[in-house]
Amino acid sequence: MRITAFNLMGRVARTAGMTLTLVIISLFLNAPVTTAQIAVKGEIIYTMDGDPIQNGVVLIRDGKIERVGSESRVRIPSGYTVHEAKVVTPGFIDGRSVVGLAGYYNQQHDQDQLDTSGPIQPELRALDAYNAREYLVAFLNSKGITTIHTGHGPGAVISGQTMLVKTAGSTVDEALLDSTTAIAITLGSGVRNNFSSPGTRSRLVAVLRQELIRAKDYAEKRAAGENQTRSLKMEVLADLMDGKISAMVTAHTASDIITALRIQREFGFRMLLDGAAEAYLVLDEIREAGVPVILHPPMIRPFGEAKNASYETAALLKEAGIPFTFQSGFEGYVPKSRVVRYEAAIAAANGLGMENALYAATLGAAQILGVENRIGSLERGKDADLVLFDGDPFEYLTLVNAVIVDGVVVYPGE
Amino acid sequence: MALFCLLPILLMAQERPHLFTGAEIIPIAGDPIPNGVLIVQNGVVVAVGAAGEVEIPANAIPFDMRGKVIMPGLVDTHSHIGEGDGGDRSATLHPDVRIMDTIDPRSSTFRKALSGGLTSVNIMPGSGHLMSGQTVYVKPRPANTIEEMLIVVDEQTGIYGGLKMANGTNPLRAAGSPGTRAKSAAMVRELFVQAQEYKAKLDEADGDPEKMPARNLQMEALVEVLEGKRIVHHHTHRHDDILTAIRLADEFGYRMVLQHVSEAWKVADEIAAAGYPASIITLDSPGGKLEAINLLNINGRELEESGALFAFHSDDPIVDSRFLLRSAVMAVKEGMSREMALKALTLNGAAMMDIAHRVGSLEPGKDADFIILSGDPFSIYTHVEQTWIEGEKVWDRDNPEDRIYATGGYEIFRSSAHHHHHD
Repeated sequence: MRITAFNLMGRVARTAGMTLTLVIISLFLNAPVTTAQIAVKGEIIYTMDGDPIQNGVVLIRDGKIERVGSESRVRIPSGYTVHEAKVVTPGFIDGRSVVGLAGYYNQQHDQDQLDTSGPIQPELRALDAYNAREYLVAFLNSKGITTIHTGHGPGAVISGQTMLVKTAGSTVDEALLDSTTAIAITLGSGVRNNFSSPGTRSRLVAVLRQELIRAKDYAEKRAAGENQTRSLKMEVLADLMDGKISAMVTAHTASDIITALRIQREFGFRMLLDGAAEAYLVLDEIREAGVPVILHPPMIRPFGEAKNASYETAALLKEAGIPFTFQSGFEGYVPKSRVVRYEAAIAAANGLGMENALYAATLGAAQILGVENRIGSLERGKDADLVLFDGDPFEYLTLVNAVIVDGVVVYPGE
Repeated sequence: MALFCLLPILLMAQERPHLFTGAEIIPIAGDPIPNGVLIVQNGVVVAVGAAGEVEIPANAIPFDMRGKVIMPGLVDTHSHIGEGDGGDRSATLHPDVRIMDTIDPRSSTFRKALSGGLTSVNIMPGSGHLMSGQTVYVKPRPANTIEEMLIVVDEQTGIYGGLKMANGTNPLRAAGSPGTRAKSAAMVRELFVQAQEYKAKLDEADGDPEKMPARNLQMEALVEVLEGKRIVHHHTHRHDDILTAIRLADEFGYRMVLQHVSEAWKVADEIAAAGYPASIITLDSPGGKLEAINLLNINGRELEESGALFAFHSDDPIVDSRFLLRSAVMAVKEGMSREMALKALTLNGAAMMDIAHRVGSLEPGKDADFIILSGDPFSIYTHVEQTWIEGEKVWDRDNPEDRIYATGGYEIFRSSAHHHHHD
């Protein structure tokens, strides 16, 4: 019936809010990539490489940042499309998400962040389950999140792998930045909800250590070139032992954080401490271990293992000199994903301050995730991932004017 | 006994007027006053106005509030703080169940609410039943008994709450039956028909003990609903469920607040035309609950345009009480007016709970329930600095023992893993 399309347009025009926005997002994200040359002029540009530039320009060419500087020094060549904004920042980075594996319907068919057939499955790759066209990916992009560290969630001893993807691109291959960033380990009482065994926190640690001892043995044999039966599980754990990937260990209580550090000391792997609701109780121990923190969303509900979460933890981590970033985490209900920019904003307003929060959610995140050569700041040669705002990116009423990923305007603004 | 001893002291503290000067005052009733004066005494507002236009009592205790913003305490029209419960799985209709019998007045969630600037709260049982029980309107002030916290709507009836109802998917099969939406509506209608008959017997008896029907707690509560004394707070998400809630309220003539109303934007004009108020929530992202998948933060804007009366709620723990103010600001981001956002955090909610004669705006004679903000209510960098209820300062960010409820911290909130998948 012809009126169907008409009615749909009428509805879109009438509601003209998020519905329309999301229609536009999906149109843009699926649009053919053009490598136009772009100049972004900003009244303030937070490059994360030195002080913010007043009245600055970012030149973008072939998806990369070509030049950054003040308007008086950087001439915009002809042929560049000019965008202007009050505030320009690097794209935001979500330090830990499940979006793309977990979809917004929250039904069994779109929830692939946790397989409960076994408590230890490091062989599960994130890219095999990532839906680049997931609604929430486009949604996060529209809020200025250009890279997410996503993959398997908390809830198993080892739930699987994580990866880094841009929030643009219509396939995982187009979106991919790093296929295997970490394996996700969970300590604490949450695991027993999903598996009959391990049923206690100490059993969990015993099971984990045994697996890591096997992995060490596998890695040693692999290094020596000895013949052994190929095991997908052991291959990835051996990569962990060889320092090729990190272990992202979820631990909220002070006791579980200390246990995580103990296991890290025993095996010497690269570790990212995830969640860490009670980090403020063991700051010295975390700093001495040299472990960065992917902090829980400040707005996490104060229940269960996160009951002692504080909005001021980020500020305390900063004060203690511990590298940290923010995450949207995992939500089993509503909102189905948190927005890491909104979460960092709460920390900004609770002692951390605007610029520290911005750093943590951009370059700080890139450094922790080992991709600071590609993203996180506006510097010559880096990926052209930028967000244009009409004000302070953390203020409630600030709007996104445009999101640029790899030099392409993928979202035209709120 | 202790209470008896304390009362005279409390009254004495209130005897001298308290004078707040230098702040921007947002009275809700009337335009914001850039350099305002607020005078409270004996638990109520005595005067509000511009500096120089308000007569200052000689014995007033002064409070210098330069640089601050003063507005009425926030009214939360839908919350689950206080750790109470409602009906059980034995049935789906529990109009006789009172959440007030189970609330812990010492719950840390009340202090958390104060830190978010909440001074009046409708605490409800859940939505896993067609009727999960009677709600309670409270002020979250320090108290040993729930009775000290109650906001009695009407001294004559003594009513201090509404009745929680729900439709859509939450009540389905949660207590065995109903299994469908149509059955849900039929079961509710059946019970209201019984209540109409019970009411007819009461009317006929006209107080004659010989003719009075046997007391029935379920029927008594529903008669209060039918007489318009007890307001129904109706959980509903999908646009067709919203219309069904309206149809039933129209049929039996009861007063109703539509709660959540996730798809309000689809039927905003119908809601306005039907004349039922709406209590809404905002969320940071779409998705997570199938029947609420189309909950958009444009609901505020669409309801404002339609002319419907609406307010915001936290549904704590869905949105933490400390973010109720933030919730309304997120709706402003989607196009509703700032003026209406503030009204929908205060006076509109009070109107839906029949307590607008006492709270929701700063006007002479109304309860002295107000909050002091460090700045612009629409800025993330603004904090609630003080919360006052009936002229008493009940929360102060400068006091470390109070402050920790605003930030969270070690052993502040109870460990109970809150399972709340029904809102």
